[in-house]
Amino acid sequence: MRGFDDKARLAHLQELIDEVLKEAKSQGASAAEVGAHSDIGLSATVRLGEPETVEHTRDNSLGISVYFGQRKGSASTSDLSSTAIRESVRAACDIARYTAEDEFAGLADPALLATEFPDLDLYHPWELSIDEALAISKECEAAALAMDPRISNSEGATLNTEAGVGVYGNSNGFNHGYPISRHSISCSVIAKQKDEMQRDYWYSTARHSDDLEPAVAVGERAARRTLDRLGARKLQTRQAPVIFRAELAAGLLRSFVSAIRGSALYRQATFLLDALDTQVFPEWVHIEENPYLLRGLASAPFDSEGVATRRRDLVTDGILKSYVLGSYSARKLGLQTTGNAGGVRNLSIGMGDMDLQQLMREMGTGLVVTELMGQGVNTITGDYSRGAAGYWVENGEVAFPVEEITVAANLRDMFRNLVAVGNDDNYSGSVRTGSWLIESMMIAGE
Amino acid sequence: MLEIAQQQLLAPAGLELHHLDKVLDHLLSHQVDLADVYFQSSRLEAWTLEDGIVKEGSYNIEQGAGIRAISGEKTGFAYTDELFLPNLIEAADTARAIARSGQRGTVAIESRPARHQLYQPVNPLDSLTREEKISLLHDVEQEARHQDERVRQVIVSLVGAQDIVLVAASDGTMKGDVRPLVRMNVHVIVEQGGRREQSSAGGGGRTRLDYFTEQQRGKQLAREAVRQALVNLEAVDAPAGQMPVVLGPGWPGVLLHEAVGHGLEGDFNRKGTSTFSGRLGEQVASPLCTVVDDGTLEGRRGSLNIDDEGTDTGYNVLIEKGVLKGYMQDKHNASLMGVAPTGNGRRESYAHLPMPRMTNTYMLAGEHDREEIIASVDRGIYAVNFGGGQVDITSGKFVFSASEAYLIENGKVTVPVKGATLIGNGPDVMTKISMVGNDLQLDPGVGVCGKEGQSVPVGVGQPTLKIEQLTVGGTA
Repeated sequence: MRGFDDKARLAHLQELIDEVLKEAKSQGASAAEVGAHSDIGLSATVRLGEPETVEHTRDNSLGISVYFGQRKGSASTSDLSSTAIRESVRAACDIARYTAEDEFAGLADPALLATEFPDLDLYHPWELSIDEALAISKECEAAALAMDPRISNSEGATLNTEAGVGVYGNSNGFNHGYPISRHSISCSVIAKQKDEMQRDYWYSTARHSDDLEPAVAVGERAARRTLDRLGARKLQTRQAPVIFRAELAAGLLRSFVSAIRGSALYRQATFLLDALDTQVFPEWVHIEENPYLLRGLASAPFDSEGVATRRRDLVTDGILKSYVLGSYSARKLGLQTTGNAGGVRNLSIGMGDMDLQQLMREMGTGLVVTELMGQGVNTITGDYSRGAAGYWVENGEVAFPVEEITVAANLRDMFRNLVAVGNDDNYSGSVRTGSWLIESMMIAGE
Repeated sequence: MLEIAQQQLLAPAGLELHHLDKVLDHLLSHQVDLADVYFQSSRLEAWTLEDGIVKEGSYNIEQGAGIRAISGEKTGFAYTDELFLPNLIEAADTARAIARSGQRGTVAIESRPARHQLYQPVNPLDSLTREEKISLLHDVEQEARHQDERVRQVIVSLVGAQDIVLVAASDGTMKGDVRPLVRMNVHVIVEQGGRREQSSAGGGGRTRLDYFTEQQRGKQLAREAVRQALVNLEAVDAPAGQMPVVLGPGWPGVLLHEAVGHGLEGDFNRKGTSTFSGRLGEQVASPLCTVVDDGTLEGRRGSLNIDDEGTDTGYNVLIEKGVLKGYMQDKHNASLMGVAPTGNGRRESYAHLPMPRMTNTYMLAGEHDREEIIASVDRGIYAVNFGGGQVDITSGKFVFSASEAYLIENGKVTVPVKGATLIGNGPDVMTKISMVGNDLQLDPGVGVCGKEGQSVPVGVGQPTLKIEQLTVGGTA
């Protein structure tokens, strides 16, 4: 992928934002904010050794919110032509004439806007030709196919690379942006044994191509995960301890964040309502947010309202120390924004000293979950019930793979009864955690 | 429809039909089997009422052209949000690089009208004035609040969209479509003695926004959302384990979408990655089951006059009396499998590649009354509303999450139980359907289907069904 001039794109978007802000003002808006991004990408998929799909992506977007006093209107466009942008500004202003006065609406407090813009090392474009990209995908898939004769089919391997710039500006004089890059390798294969077919995948994603897991390792891991599923059976319905593998434990942390998010709190739509300064996890649990992680997948010096982000503890000694707020929800709650408009940025939980094997020994007999299916998480009640697959462990050793079961409990109990977090963090996402051992859950099967 | 599409998409960029020939000829100067250009211009407007005031309104523009070149199993794809000829030629250059150079002939595109007109080419954004939209939102909110004093929060959203598309392909296709789509959703939170529960109800279709004022449809959604939320306040823990499950009519048809629908999409079957691959003509479900995918229902959310490759949509029988009859196809997979496209080639937008997708998927009615079906169960679950689902098409495992369900004890519906995930194996569950009701219903128009990161609107439906054994993921 060549020919992305980040500095020119950045300057162009900043100019565009200035113009849009001016236009909004001339149409009578008392305040306005604009977010814009522009990126290009290449995605190359190889299936069964042959090129399958080559996609060139080129995405632009611009979103504007205007305020007429306390009335708000928004618009967005994927087309950055001046005609489309004018249409957007006009539409946002028209809408703001019809929405109601909302005393909590408005831009972020100017005093909280970011004033320092450290280089977080987020931009490392990968100058790959199509053939080079296809070669990496091919190497990845070949490694998976070569692992075992039971790997009989493939959904392919894909190399994806993107480079782009994002800018945020508002009528309080803020107009800043920075370039980012993101690359990933993924592979999904199918194993067959008699009548049984199983599929699984693996992927790696990073800001810098050097930080990606090697293509061969991704392919081999995809194959191993698929092979591990063969011979899976159901379990008898029972109560048992459960280990969530690291990549799934990250999902439990995300459910935790959903429950302490401003919008859930002001709507009283969370089981962690009024939980600030109370024990939510066991005493040994610490959860931190660090937006300044170099090359971090969710790193950012300011949030989607321009507010400076900061490193902070969400949970200390198991006690909830902070909510996750943007300006709007903070005002509704009578609090100050935590710089989380647009989400949390690089969450991590303090990890223990046990690897997965040791966690399994600690558990003794129970379930290790390697896949979850469906959306059965109810944030208002904390009720959790999801489809699962994984393996059954007896006396600390893997006994057999299992599938077509569900795991269910209440998140409040799962968090409080967290027994241990493993040190087996190997997941290149924006949430870092090892595997979680949960004291007990209901497993439904036969 | 084609004329409107030409006026809206091509004229502003100074494009005429012969320019499209030129772009396609450019693509065909490499050894490609099929090439197409997809133009799209969409406008969407959304309004949200919360805390008794209309807080948010937004307007979204999506516009561009996607260009695809296929050679054997290979696909090259590029897109542009600038619709001028040089941009199109540049994108075509990029897309055709997948194939070796070498002329494959020239194209003469031919405009032909679509077979169906399932909806009017209206613009839902203009179908009510802004004052009327605001007052509709307030009326619906008031209806919800007046239902019961335990209602704490009401969030009502109203969305209207118009999607204008035009597709020209190297096989001579030249078609346009103007697609309206409206949706309303009512979300309520209720509280009683410190316990809070929520529920949502939604609906819509390919029509105008006054759909929601006619027959009090908007208010009906408000009543339904409150009813479900109040039921949940009384719900006890759901049981865990295998038991008979009776599914209500309509939206629980998400079962079919997950258990068989995805597994019958042509791409998975061409590649042999679906649990249904190579099983045409086999008995894959109980003889009581006839399942169709039908893009030709008037005004439905999943309906289309033409699919996103310009093929007329159809009434496609997937399973007839339990026997697997056919897959859903787009042009690419149909041609590789040596069958005809079925009008199921769909894409989220110009910036996404088309693939085989469902439209409205439902099971035809059977013979039994709902009461008979429930009366046949000693101990089981009666599930009438669901959240989303998910399927692994290779192993056939699927889940779907109940949001309103009851215990059946001694042939009678007794207490409501909390939402639980149901899990099964598609082909296995379909053979365990032992009773089919005479009460076929389609869903109210809320479905969104995700596949490989692309979302498209779909419909589902079914009569009341009894599944002899299904795993219920409760805690009790």
